[in-house]
Amino acid sequence: MFETLILILDSTVRLSTPLLLACLAGLYSERSGVVDIGLEGKMLGAAFGAGAVAYITANAWLGLLAGIGVSVALGLLHGFASISNRGNQIVSGVAINFLAAGLTALLGQTWFRQGGRTPALPEGGRFRDIVWPYAEQLRDVPVIGPLYSELLSGHNILVYAGFIAVPLTWWVLFRTRFGLRLRAVGENPAAVDTAGISVAWLRYRAVIACGILCGFAGAYLSIAQGAGFGVNMTAGKGFIALAALIFAKWRPASAMFACLLFGFLDAVAIRMQGQEVPGIGEIPVQFFQALPYILTVILLAGFIGKAVPPKAAGIPYLKERS
Amino acid sequence: MSTGQLPRWVDYGLIPFVNLAAAFLVSGLVVVLIGENPLEAVRILIWGSLGYGEGIGFTLFYATNFIFTGLAVAVAFHAGLFNIGGEGQAYIGGLGVTFACLALDHIVPWYVTLPFAIIGSALMGAAWAFIPAWLQATRGSHVVITTIMFNFIASSLMVYLLNSALKKPGSMQPETRTFEAGGRLPFLNEVFPSFGFGYAPVNLSLFVALAACVLIWLLIWRTKLGFEIRSFGANATAAVYAGISPVRTIVITMLISGGLAGMMAINEIMGSQHRLLIDFVAGYGFVGIAVALMGRAHPVGIVLAAILFGMLYQGGAELSFEMPNITRDMIIVIQGLVILFAGALEHMFRPAITRLFTPSRAHAAEEA
Repeated sequence: MFETLILILDSTVRLSTPLLLACLAGLYSERSGVVDIGLEGKMLGAAFGAGAVAYITANAWLGLLAGIGVSVALGLLHGFASISNRGNQIVSGVAINFLAAGLTALLGQTWFRQGGRTPALPEGGRFRDIVWPYAEQLRDVPVIGPLYSELLSGHNILVYAGFIAVPLTWWVLFRTRFGLRLRAVGENPAAVDTAGISVAWLRYRAVIACGILCGFAGAYLSIAQGAGFGVNMTAGKGFIALAALIFAKWRPASAMFACLLFGFLDAVAIRMQGQEVPGIGEIPVQFFQALPYILTVILLAGFIGKAVPPKAAGIPYLKERS
Repeated sequence: MSTGQLPRWVDYGLIPFVNLAAAFLVSGLVVVLIGENPLEAVRILIWGSLGYGEGIGFTLFYATNFIFTGLAVAVAFHAGLFNIGGEGQAYIGGLGVTFACLALDHIVPWYVTLPFAIIGSALMGAAWAFIPAWLQATRGSHVVITTIMFNFIASSLMVYLLNSALKKPGSMQPETRTFEAGGRLPFLNEVFPSFGFGYAPVNLSLFVALAACVLIWLLIWRTKLGFEIRSFGANATAAVYAGISPVRTIVITMLISGGLAGMMAINEIMGSQHRLLIDFVAGYGFVGIAVALMGRAHPVGIVLAAILFGMLYQGGAELSFEMPNITRDMIIVIQGLVILFAGALEHMFRPAITRLFTPSRAHAAEEA
C-alpha cells in the first residue's frame, strides 16, 4: 500500500511539473493584467523548438534555450497584439494556440519527415534523471528509503527547477519592487502610469517572464519527460495549467498545490485504468480526465471560495484619449 | 481618431481587406519557408475547391459546418460575449441529432426526422452552453474560461458515452450503429444531379444553415431581443441602466449561440457520417471563431467567410496530395493568422489608414 502510494506520488510529481511551470508562467502574465489563454500554444511551440534543436545539436541545454526562444517569441507576439495594439487578449491567445499547433506540425513534417514528430533524441539531447547521493543505499530503509530515493531523488533537473520556481516567483512578486509594480499594473494601470512607470514596458516584461517559464514547460515535455516532440503533445495541458491558475486564485504557493492536485488526479487515473474500486465498481478514466475542469468550474461558480482575477486583467491600457 | 472619421467603405471594406491580405501574405511566406511556390499552391487550392463539381460540393459541405459555428460565435459577439465553447456545444449537439435519428429512423422518412434532429441538436447545444452562461450572468465567472473547461468536459463525456451506453452492441468501435434511411439527409447530388457534386457529402442541411443566417439577421437587427443583445454588447452599463436585464440577455444569447453550434451536428451526423462517432467536430467549432471575426459577425460576411474556409479545407486536402510538404496543418496556420490579423491585430493598420484619409478630408472641410 505504502509502495503504491509512493509510486503514485512519484508520478504525480512528474505529471504536475509541466502544469506547474506553465501555471507560474500564466501567473506573471495575468498578474500584470494580460490574460493569457495561449499558454498551450507557447508550451507546444517550446516543446517543438526544444525537441528539434536538442536533436540537431545533441545538447539538452541548447534545446531548452531554443524552447525558451520560441515561447518568448510567441509571448512577444501576444504582447504586440494585446499591449501595443490593444487588441483583444483572448482572441490573440486563441490565434497563438492555432499558430503553434499548425506551425509545429507543418515544420516538423518539412524538416524531419516523420509525420510531424521530431526524431528520437540522441544521447545528451535529453535531461537525465538526477540520482541524489546515497539514494541506492537508503532504498531499503523503511518509510524514509522509498520517500528519499523514489520521491525526492531521481527526477530530471527541470522538475526541481519547477518547484524552485515557486518560492522564487513568490519572492519576485511579493518582495521586489518589480513585483510590486507588476501586481499594481494588473490592478490599476492608471495609478502606475501616474507614478511615471511605463505600463507597456512592465507588461512586456511580464509576458517575457511568462514566455521563459512556458519554454521550460514545453522543453520538459519533449526533452526531459519525453524523448522527442510529438504532434500536439501538450494535449490540453496549457488549459489545465490555466485552470490551476484560477484554482490557485493567482497565488504562487496555491498554484503549486493546485498543479499537484491535478497531477495527482492524472496519476490516479492512469493507475486506476481497468481496476475495480470496492463498492463502486470501475470508475471510468474519463471521469478523472474531466475532474480538473469540473473542479475549476465549481470553483468559478463560487462554491469553494471566490476566485477574483486581477482587476485590470484583459483590459488594454489606453494612456490618453485622443 | 475615432472610427467615425473614416468613410463607411473604409471601415467595413478596406480595413478588413487589408487585415485579411496581411494574413494571407504571411501564409504565403510560410509556404515559401517550407520550400514550395505559394502562387502554385494558391492555384491548386482554388482548382481543388472550385474547379470541378465534386470539389465545390466538398467546399459547400465544409462551409455548412462553418456557417453554423460562425453564427454561434457571432451571436455571442453581439452581446460582448466570447463563446469559445462551440467545439463542445457542437459535440454535445451530436447527441441530440443521434437520439432523434436512432429513435425515428426505422419508422418515418427523413423529412419527419429532420425537425426533431434540429430541435434535438439545438437543445443539447444550448444546454451545454447554459451552465457557463448562467455562471457568467449570476456569478461573474468568465464565460471564456468556463466554455473552455466545458469543451474538455464534453470531450470526456462523449468518449465515455460512446464507449458504453451508445456503443453498437458487439462492436469494438466507439460509435453508434449506422442510421437507416429515415435518419439520413439526402445528398445534394441526389436532389440536383445536374450539378455533378459526385461523392461530395454536401446535403440539405446547407439550406438549414442558410435559413439560420436569415433568422439570425432578423433576430439581431429586427427584433427587440436583438436590440437588447446589441445594446448590451455595445455598453453593458448603459443597457442595464436602460432597463435591460443582464442575466436574461446573457443567458438567452448564450443559449442561442450554443444551439447554433449544436446544429452543426446535423450536417456532420445526419448529413454525412450517419452515425455518432468520436471527435466528429474535428476543430470546426474553433474555425467558427475565425469565420465570425472575418465575417465581422454579420450573416452575409459569415456565409462568405464560411465558403472561404470551406475552400481552404477542401483545397487544402487537394494541396496536400499535390504538394506533400504542405500538410493539412497549413489550414490551421492560416486559421491562426486570420484570427490574429482580423481579430487581435484589427487595429494595427488603422492609424496608418486614418492618416491616409484624414489630410484630404481636412482639406475638403477647409474649402467648404
